[in-house]
Amino acid sequence: MTLEPVSIEINGATYTRTIEPRMLLSDFIRHEAHLTGTHVGCEHGVCGACTIQLDGKPVRSCLLLAVQADGHAVRTVEALAEPGADLHPLQQAFHEEHALQCGFCTPGFLMTLEPFIRETPLDAVDERSIRETLAGNLCRCTGYHNIVSAVRVAAERAHATGAGATR
Amino acid sequence: MTVSAHIGYVGRSIPRLEDDRLLRGAGRFVDDVDVPGQLWMRVVRSPFAHARIVSVDVSAARAAPGVVAVLGGEDVREVEPIPLRLEWPGYELEPFLQPVLARDKVRYVGEPVAVVVAETQYGAEDAADLVEVELDPLQVVLDARDGIDPDAEALRDDRSNEVVLMQKGYGDVEAAFAKAAHVVSAEFITGRHTGVPMETRGLVADYDPGRGRMTIWGATLVTHYHRRVLSRLLGLSLNQIEYRPTDSGGSFGVRGDFFPEDFLVAYLAYKLGRPVKWTEDRAEHLVATNHARQQRYEIHGAFDAEGRLLGVRTEIWHDKGAYLRPTGVTVAEITLGILPGPYRLPAYDAKLHVVMTNKTPIGAYRAPGRYQTTFARERLLDIAAAKIGIDPVTIRRRNLISPDEIPWEPGLVYAGESFLLDSGDFTGMLDKSLEESGYHEWEQEAVRLRSEGRLVGNGIGYWIDKSGLGVYETAGIEVDPSGKVRVLIGGASTGQGIETVMAQIAADVLSVSPQQIEVVYGDTNLIPDGVGSWSSRSTVIGGSAVQAAAEATVAKARRLAGQFLEVAEEDLEVVEGRVFVRGSPTRGMSFGEIAAQNDTVTAMRLDEDPGLGARKIFVDKHMNYPYGVNLVQVEIDPETGGIEVRRAFCSAECGKAINPMLVAGQAAGGVAQGLGGALLEEFVYDEDGHPKATSFMDYLLPTALEVPPIKTLLLEDAPTPTNPLGAKGMGETGIIGMGAAVGNAIDDALQRAATVHTLPVTPERMLALLDTPATE
Repeated sequence: MTLEPVSIEINGATYTRTIEPRMLLSDFIRHEAHLTGTHVGCEHGVCGACTIQLDGKPVRSCLLLAVQADGHAVRTVEALAEPGADLHPLQQAFHEEHALQCGFCTPGFLMTLEPFIRETPLDAVDERSIRETLAGNLCRCTGYHNIVSAVRVAAERAHATGAGATR
Repeated sequence: MTVSAHIGYVGRSIPRLEDDRLLRGAGRFVDDVDVPGQLWMRVVRSPFAHARIVSVDVSAARAAPGVVAVLGGEDVREVEPIPLRLEWPGYELEPFLQPVLARDKVRYVGEPVAVVVAETQYGAEDAADLVEVELDPLQVVLDARDGIDPDAEALRDDRSNEVVLMQKGYGDVEAAFAKAAHVVSAEFITGRHTGVPMETRGLVADYDPGRGRMTIWGATLVTHYHRRVLSRLLGLSLNQIEYRPTDSGGSFGVRGDFFPEDFLVAYLAYKLGRPVKWTEDRAEHLVATNHARQQRYEIHGAFDAEGRLLGVRTEIWHDKGAYLRPTGVTVAEITLGILPGPYRLPAYDAKLHVVMTNKTPIGAYRAPGRYQTTFARERLLDIAAAKIGIDPVTIRRRNLISPDEIPWEPGLVYAGESFLLDSGDFTGMLDKSLEESGYHEWEQEAVRLRSEGRLVGNGIGYWIDKSGLGVYETAGIEVDPSGKVRVLIGGASTGQGIETVMAQIAADVLSVSPQQIEVVYGDTNLIPDGVGSWSSRSTVIGGSAVQAAAEATVAKARRLAGQFLEVAEEDLEVVEGRVFVRGSPTRGMSFGEIAAQNDTVTAMRLDEDPGLGARKIFVDKHMNYPYGVNLVQVEIDPETGGIEVRRAFCSAECGKAINPMLVAGQAAGGVAQGLGGALLEEFVYDEDGHPKATSFMDYLLPTALEVPPIKTLLLEDAPTPTNPLGAKGMGETGIIGMGAAVGNAIDDALQRAATVHTLPVTPERMLALLDTPATE
């Protein structure tokens, strides 16, 4: 198989590799960049565990080939909080509200939700909009109840600190 | 003597210790483990449900680039099948155990037939496609009731498909039916579905030939059982095998048992002298990991004129799939054991057929036996209530065992012990659940919405669970000279929060903060023995062992401090991890200082073990019985047959909730899974035994849009006397009564008894029910 050179920026660092064109972006992130916080739950784009941000937008890294991300910027869960530093407010809300159990799906939820909280005005954050945002991420442990609470808490705090969107 | 001051972490909803690493993406799951030089394994699986193996040609696969080894069933013919983990007397089960690779025959789609090992993951997958398996198809058995017909195709040439016919019961059932004012009969089916954790299975094995040691990374329910099995199958001694548990992306009882791959990965690492890694993909998971739940009930209830139960007779067909996995026939045992439930049932006669079929083996999934049996029993009660002309709450109230009838022991033996309700206030639970949920308002709302032409109804599922089993658990405490405490337990993480709960229990006894405590589970190098995390046993049995080890640690700290400070033990106090002389707080030593001072020489002089800590085993004399109520409100869309769960409530009697927030989390997760089994999730097969649900496009897990907000009520009204915490196991809370509650709510929505007989109630089934004319 012919190999392709790629250069992908992940969390601010550039990873240049020569890879098989069929390599999934999720495999590149996990096995080439060794950023194992991005998890693979189904490899067919349904569960959302592998959600990352590509140029700021949440996408499923198992549905992209690594070559498609060539020249683009990827952000993974590891970028939310520096090691040893305080948790990101969304992570902190998940912690306080007990919004994770096994934690396998959690990075995907965080990467889906972080732009939602940043971009949604507080008066548009309600049970329905939260659940619709969550609907592309599967969690088998929590029944979603506490995830919804955590999103609400995080959105209120983001608004209070000026980090949330306004109309 | 002053006992250590209780800070009171037990009973508090403290956030979890394990969260930080998981939130940062810094958890270490098995696919995150890489060992230099590792190879990748890929399993070749049977495409047929039942066939004779004519040949397995591995030559093309062996010649593929990067392939290191390919094995077929013939290469491991001498390896014995995977043994049972749970055995109950009276059954001969060996002929039904699963070989590590199929030999002579394949018996379900997904059965491992060969394995390929290659330098890369993608390369192993490519080469697996080159293994040529020639199969000669046979007739398939897909239904348990059909499977015991003498003319049915036999999965094993020399045996019936019926593994066992169980019979259990007590009392005079004939007399009960003879004097009954009402007899209600029904047939119920629970669909084939399972736990489906978000992380698939995986393993990494590394054999070091120099030291003769095998190291295995991965999430297991019971590392010490795995070690025993692997020792037996590989011919290595126990001491040569070490298990290093990783974080676990959910278990629900299905992930982490000993599967064929648990042998194959280790065997290949051993034979090849190189590390071997395997990561299951989702399509494999849905055919290879245990399925669950599929049972058919014929059930008859005898009632007096007021709706009091006189007797129950039932015959059950338990579709076991193609092999017995390590839990053997435990699910069947529990199915029969739990059927009487919280009710004053004077006579009971049950038969259960465990039958082999050409489908993925069935094992234990969160509340095995209980989900199914509760559906059958609670539906029967609602149908009886309608027939007798009383409401669903009243029929339950008339039959619930009252507190003054406790202990209740009707004479039913299952899973090796007598069914004994040692504590419980079942009517109190019902009253509080109705009150807390606002069920009366739910009923008024449903009446109002029905008057507007909408199909809205409410349903109850009253459940009891069983928790414990496995008899004992081990725990150790080690205090570091720095003052840090390590708790060592034989349990496992399934994502349930075991680190936090064990730290809370130890923290109270040691009078230290949980943040000072590190909890290590299942590591066979550090923990000599353990029974693991299943059957909601870790808090009740493991937690009790931790408490005992912590108490022994405090006792040792006092003994040593008495020596070191030269005072009588009676004059010592223990506060915040420090032992000091009463009235002179400055004259004392921290636990860390005591640990440091008790060095080997000192310990020898004092006739003590060096350091500070203790190891204890807690033996559980009897299972405990958590119980509670599931309530739901549903709305049926008559056009599409879709069913929306509008409201969900779950209560649970905890005995003692160590961390109520975590218990409520378990309950909410259970409700969502129970909803999945009631409405969405089903492993459908075509007539040739080909599975039709092999992706998340066909096997539907509940999303945030299908699961409503979940209200929980946790009670501590009836602590169990069987453990010092008084705790009842909460791991299977929330799920058990969901199938029943949903079925009963659909009846209520239609204002018609006896509609739902089969779970899941898919839109297709719902539309068929809507088209069926009312018969009763």
